[in-house]
Amino acid sequence: MPHETTKNAAGALDVAVLVSIGRHPVTGRTRRADQDARAVEAALALDHARVQLIHAGHHETDSEAALRGYLGMGFEALTLIEQAGDADVLPALTDALREAPPRLLLCGTRAETGEGSGLLPYLLAESLGWPIVTGLAEIERVEPEHVTLLQALPRGQRRRLRLRLPAVITVDEAAPAPRQSAFGPARRGALAVSEQASRPDTALADWTLEPARPRPKRLKVVKAASARDRFKAAAAKAEGGGGQVLTDATPEQGAEAIFKLLHEEGVLRR
Amino acid sequence: MSEIVRRDPRKEWIARNRLHPEHLDVLAELGEGAAPSEWPGPNGRIRRDPHAVGFTGPNGIKRIDRSGVQQGAGRSSAGDRGDGQPARQRVEIESPAFLVAVVPDLAGGRLSSHDRDLLGLARRLADADPQAPGAVVAIVFGEARESGFAEAGVDRLVTLDEPRLAGYAPEARIAALSAIEESLSPRHWLLPDSALGGGELGRRLAARLGERPAAGLWQIEPDAGSALGWHATCRGAAGSLDIRRDLPRVALALALAECAEPVSETVHAARPLAPPALPEAFSRVEDLGAVAVDPASVALGEAEFILAAGNGIRDWEGYHRAATALGATEGASRVAVDDGFMPRDRQVGATGTWVTARVYVAVGISGAIQHLQGIQRCDKVVAVNVDPGCDMIKRADLAVIGDSAAILEALVTRVEQARQEDGGKRDAA
Ligand SMILES: Cc1cc2nc3c(=O)[nH]c(=O)nc-3n(C[C@H](O)[C@H](O)[C@H](O)COP(=O)(O)OP(=O)(O)OC[C@H]3O[C@@H](n4cnc5c(N)ncnc54)[C@H](O)[C@@H]3O)c2cc1C
Repeated sequence: MPHETTKNAAGALDVAVLVSIGRHPVTGRTRRADQDARAVEAALALDHARVQLIHAGHHETDSEAALRGYLGMGFEALTLIEQAGDADVLPALTDALREAPPRLLLCGTRAETGEGSGLLPYLLAESLGWPIVTGLAEIERVEPEHVTLLQALPRGQRRRLRLRLPAVITVDEAAPAPRQSAFGPARRGALAVSEQASRPDTALADWTLEPARPRPKRLKVVKAASARDRFKAAAAKAEGGGGQVLTDATPEQGAEAIFKLLHEEGVLRR
Repeated sequence: MSEIVRRDPRKEWIARNRLHPEHLDVLAELGEGAAPSEWPGPNGRIRRDPHAVGFTGPNGIKRIDRSGVQQGAGRSSAGDRGDGQPARQRVEIESPAFLVAVVPDLAGGRLSSHDRDLLGLARRLADADPQAPGAVVAIVFGEARESGFAEAGVDRLVTLDEPRLAGYAPEARIAALSAIEESLSPRHWLLPDSALGGGELGRRLAARLGERPAAGLWQIEPDAGSALGWHATCRGAAGSLDIRRDLPRVALALALAECAEPVSETVHAARPLAPPALPEAFSRVEDLGAVAVDPASVALGEAEFILAAGNGIRDWEGYHRAATALGATEGASRVAVDDGFMPRDRQVGATGTWVTARVYVAVGISGAIQHLQGIQRCDKVVAVNVDPGCDMIKRADLAVIGDSAAILEALVTRVEQARQEDGGKRDAA
């Protein structure tokens, strides 16, 4: 499949995807970050788009393998903004995006390494002055000045939003799963390195980072006036009955009771 | 009447001790022995009326309680509100030294447990110094259906109820929060770190205020050395790192975190504050409303309303028709799956999916423990079964005994009838 990246059509939408280095939750090996790969997938699903991948960070063998994972999704090149290991990548990214602003910027919601606070997209949007929307499920339509998209809400629900371009959209697990990374294109793809002055992240240097401790479980504390109440609470069965049981009801009466409950809970569609 | 009840432990003890010689006198004195169950007969023999013993319990069954709670003064001991809950202490903070702003998610217009934990955290920050207590300000978008703000620990309540803040309007909401920042300048901003809602709003706010927020906060400890007097522990790097840092002004706390317990001992004023004048914000995000989703495409673990089928279904056509008519996501017990009537990804239970539906309708499912495990987190369970003794009925909030096919059919008819009535009303209007 000849890819959109090679199509240099006039009037194509310029899309930039920010990609980062991921970390496998079990093995701890570096990989393409899941949410970022979904963002790349969402960009590839657009018609008439010129997609550019951007990564800002320290370049080493480990991270190169992860970045090549994105190239294997069908790209010839990836822009690598070379930064020192302890750098705050925000200024470098902002400068790069100001120099060659895309119409649409896609990225994952949270990084899998580093602070991973999920703040970077918001800071970028704030400093570029662009609107930002989180939780992309699907991009429906792209017009010259607007983009219409579905946002994923809890419980599988969707909301349609219309957003003025240029804009930042972040992607999380609700977006379609990314395609596999093919080995050949991953090997052949080029990393276009551009050096930028890197500013160290001083705040991060003051913090202590340690492997996550298991969070303590909250105990169920029973506040009761008397020992008897405390005993009753401790000995109570988790699933007390108390439900209403309709025996000897006609199917119609039973259906009416169920309908009433469903109606009260508001789960029936109109 | 005075709320304080004077107790006489000796009399209570005698009232409990049926063998004490003064037992009956004391009972009569405490007003409990109106119809004494034992009395000396005319020729000195003790007479008993077994029907006068005990009291009628909540389920209509006669109970004999020898623990002394029913007798003596135990029934209205001091500080008891009658429902077993100790009375809460009323706290009024007139001139707070500082403010802690909390923006609860209020999903569905009510405080979630996450919101309550967050308010507990806010109380911890506000009440750290008893000499100079702070006040907790809750900022609520839209009309709240919640009435328990005072019990949850809110001292001041700002309600921002304007049409342009309704729906998905992050830019207008951030403009409103910035206006509150200017007019009230709270010392702390606390938000729940939830996917949509607090997590998003808090990051926008932090970006606007130029603060580096503590995202994924789960623990705070006092620390005199830091700027705000607290040390924070946050989750970073996809939950694999703990970051220990000074608590910044904006903090986003995780759900079920051990930051603080929800408020349970005090009642606060929850006094309404007039909202500041909101600036006119130019919005570049337009909310076009919710989209109807095909319930069959919703993942089982996420579905809100599930109609689950078990071995008691004979008419599978009718079952699928019912699921479509109700707009419910389909689920199944293992037997229904093993027998090939339902796909494997619809299986609910220990070896299937653990569902979180708000309403779970189990049709022809006996309620084996492996199945019940999967529906632990469902709010309302409805059971349809021919066997009134099965375990699913014990778990259910509403159980209908009868044949599944007939009841499902009647339910479909009822729902369609309601739709038609609705449609008729809409046409008439
Ligand atoms: C290791 C292990 C793991 C398991 N994991 C799971 C799991 O994840 N999920 C799971 O569901 N099961 C699981 N099971 C199986 C489980 O123990 C039960 O066998 C199963 O849940 C029973 O399914 P059922 O209730 O549909 O069938 P049954 O137990 O046969 O119950 C059928 C019910 O339908 C009623 N009925 C019959 N006819 C009608 C009618 N006409 N109208 C209305 N009601 C009617 C009957 O009264 C009965 O209550 C597991 C078992 C094992 C050993």
